[in-house]
Amino acid sequence: MRIRVLLGLAIAALLLGPLAIAGSAQTPGGAAHTKDAFIPLLVYRTGPYAPSGIPIANGFVDYFTLINERDGGINGIKVAWEECETQYDTKQGVECYERLKGKSALLVNPYSTGITYQLIPKAPVDKVVVFSMGYGMSAASDGRWFPWVFNFPTNYWSQASAVIRYISQQEGGLEKLKGKKIAHIYHNSPYGKEANSTLEDLAKKYQFELTLLAVDHPGQEQKSTWLQIRRLNPDWIFMSGWGVMNQVAVKEAAAIGFKMDHFIGNWWSASDADVIPAGEAAKGYKGATFHAPGIGYKVHTEVIKHVYDKGKGAGKKEEVGSPLYNRGIVNAMLAAEAIRTAAVKYPKQALNAEQVRWGFENLNLTDKRLDELGMKGFTHPVKVSCEDHEGGGPVLIQQWDGKKWSVVSDWVAVMREVVRPKIEAAAVEEGKKLGYTQRDCAKEK
Amino acid sequence: MIYREAGQFKTSYAADQAIFPILQDRVLVTLGILVAFLVPPLIADEYWLQAVLIPLAIYALAAIGLNLLTGYAGQVSLGTGGFMAVGAYAAFKLTTSFPGLNILVVFVLAGLMAAAVGLVFGIPSLRIKGFYLAVATLAAQFFLIWLFNKVAWFTNYASSGTITAPPRTIFGVMTTGPLATAPVRYVVALGVLAVFALVAKNLVRGRMGRSWMAIRDRDIAAEIIGVRPLRTKLLAFAVSSFYCGVAGAEYVFLYLGSAETLAFDIALSFLVLFMVIIGGLGSILGSFLGAAFIVLVPIFLTNAPHHLGLVMPVALQKQIELMVFGALIIFFLIVEPHGLARLWQIAKEKLRLWPFPH
Repeated sequence: MRIRVLLGLAIAALLLGPLAIAGSAQTPGGAAHTKDAFIPLLVYRTGPYAPSGIPIANGFVDYFTLINERDGGINGIKVAWEECETQYDTKQGVECYERLKGKSALLVNPYSTGITYQLIPKAPVDKVVVFSMGYGMSAASDGRWFPWVFNFPTNYWSQASAVIRYISQQEGGLEKLKGKKIAHIYHNSPYGKEANSTLEDLAKKYQFELTLLAVDHPGQEQKSTWLQIRRLNPDWIFMSGWGVMNQVAVKEAAAIGFKMDHFIGNWWSASDADVIPAGEAAKGYKGATFHAPGIGYKVHTEVIKHVYDKGKGAGKKEEVGSPLYNRGIVNAMLAAEAIRTAAVKYPKQALNAEQVRWGFENLNLTDKRLDELGMKGFTHPVKVSCEDHEGGGPVLIQQWDGKKWSVVSDWVAVMREVVRPKIEAAAVEEGKKLGYTQRDCAKEK
Repeated sequence: MIYREAGQFKTSYAADQAIFPILQDRVLVTLGILVAFLVPPLIADEYWLQAVLIPLAIYALAAIGLNLLTGYAGQVSLGTGGFMAVGAYAAFKLTTSFPGLNILVVFVLAGLMAAAVGLVFGIPSLRIKGFYLAVATLAAQFFLIWLFNKVAWFTNYASSGTITAPPRTIFGVMTTGPLATAPVRYVVALGVLAVFALVAKNLVRGRMGRSWMAIRDRDIAAEIIGVRPLRTKLLAFAVSSFYCGVAGAEYVFLYLGSAETLAFDIALSFLVLFMVIIGGLGSILGSFLGAAFIVLVPIFLTNAPHHLGLVMPVALQKQIELMVFGALIIFFLIVEPHGLARLWQIAKEKLRLWPFPH
């Protein structure tokens, strides 16, 4: 009998416990952050996408530690952050966002296209900048409709156009694309589907044969997809994969003997974790990126010196410089530079999210500034404007040689004349769905 | 001493057949509903409404739906996520095609659509039982998700395949879309839950519920006393899917705001099934308790170390949360296999004797 009583008490405690915590959460807990720039980090260090999530999160945290340790913050404003585990799951991501936004968050990096879609409608209501660097909703690149969302330096549509341009360069010119067979293998989710419409338009324009092949989450089973590839025998394959799907695809491609240097992943499909499991067979596999791989830049020496040598590193020292780690660095750097832009305009005060939004919108990251940051050649300059939250920056192609990634192309320009009209049309459509109106950028200058 | 029905005399059939025949129960339930409607919108912050209470109300509705089918009619179903998806996509198509239609009407119509789909997938239940039926409903789950992913018409040809809740109002108050405030969405979700929970409670006390239970307990015996198995089982599938469909529509319109098919995958079906099992099969109250357990405990475990002053890496915290949560489920199922609702029943029996047990 007594066990029943205990059990009842245990349940009562479990059900009432959260309420007690709710009571204590009401007390202002954000006071400590008023002088710092608080940035919630939605990370996934566990779950099926953890191999991709860990390096990004480490890169991010290490760069912020570097800024705090070396420079004492961004123009004197210390960066404060708190991680929240999402497991790449939309519902958990929303829970994290709701929990952390109350601590006067300035911006949020959703790290997932699915979560970005959830946060886009909330951003203008809560006044939090959503910075989805190179992912999320491509239509949000039109700042006139989505003032609170930024996806520079390049979005999925621009990336797809740059990859097609790269393919044409390999084939010997855009007119040579005619009649070529190109397959797009994509993760069957909003993320994977993003590139499809651009590829379809380009297929019409340059008259290549496009085949779209979906792979369902999580992507461990791809036999039927690769059977179709074998039948089709495409000239090039472009892949928008994520997590475990990538390494399975690379292995399958090797198994059917596909020419690996004609297989190009997008920037979420080309990290160490994607190629190492396939071993020798992955040699020659290519991937798009907007920053260089490796540790050959000054910023890495600084990270090692100021962060890892002081024992404050978030991960292992050997993992510094992997493609996704570097992406975390770039993401943190862009966020920090946007905050710096805001801090220059509104000096000597604690920044609010409105001001940080202004900083993002007026970010002008020049080659000179990149040089000062120790990132010249590591990534490219970015200029954001009220109309254009994407920048349409160029893309690099990197290749796996069995041991490491190395860059094998110049900066490939995106096809802005194709992508920008599509963005503007899609922004009207997506904006109207949410009941938005277009703002007039001329008035804001 | 306080909880005792002595002296409460029933003088009419209506009084004898009331849902809560004991005065104390009536007072408690009325108070509970009043508190649920009034207190959270006034005192809870947005995190609590958005991340805890709104999903709680929606999951409870889905759990009631599955409990009608699995707990009362004895038909195991793993298709809950699929039926919720039908509700969500039907609501999306209806409200984008007829923007003037009241969103509550849309929810009900979406539920009816899900009921029709549930009816179709319920047909095999006449011939197959138990685990085999579970596999048949699993097929429904995978087929429906595949369908919504494959056919772009369901998402109005959105390039990303995501459905987004458009802004809609009820009597001039913004209820869905980005500008709808959390208290409004909470009150709507709770209102729908209250109405349908009451309907479910009455259904299971009436002729329909009794025939479901007869089928569950022994279908041959039920057939001999005049319960028609096909009709009864299909009805259970239809009513259950209706509840799940309404819950699915709310899931997108009141909770997530926008969703892809992944939000309705097999994990959701299992989640609702666990709510029903932990809460108590064949109990409406159990559906509420089960939903509360599954929604609240992980959030409690996530926040607890922080409030205790323990600092640990998020990954470690997540792993611990999963382990503790799993251990708790096993613990409760060992100690009380009939679910949390049974514990409540035992507590009530004890209260009647208190303070003079035999």
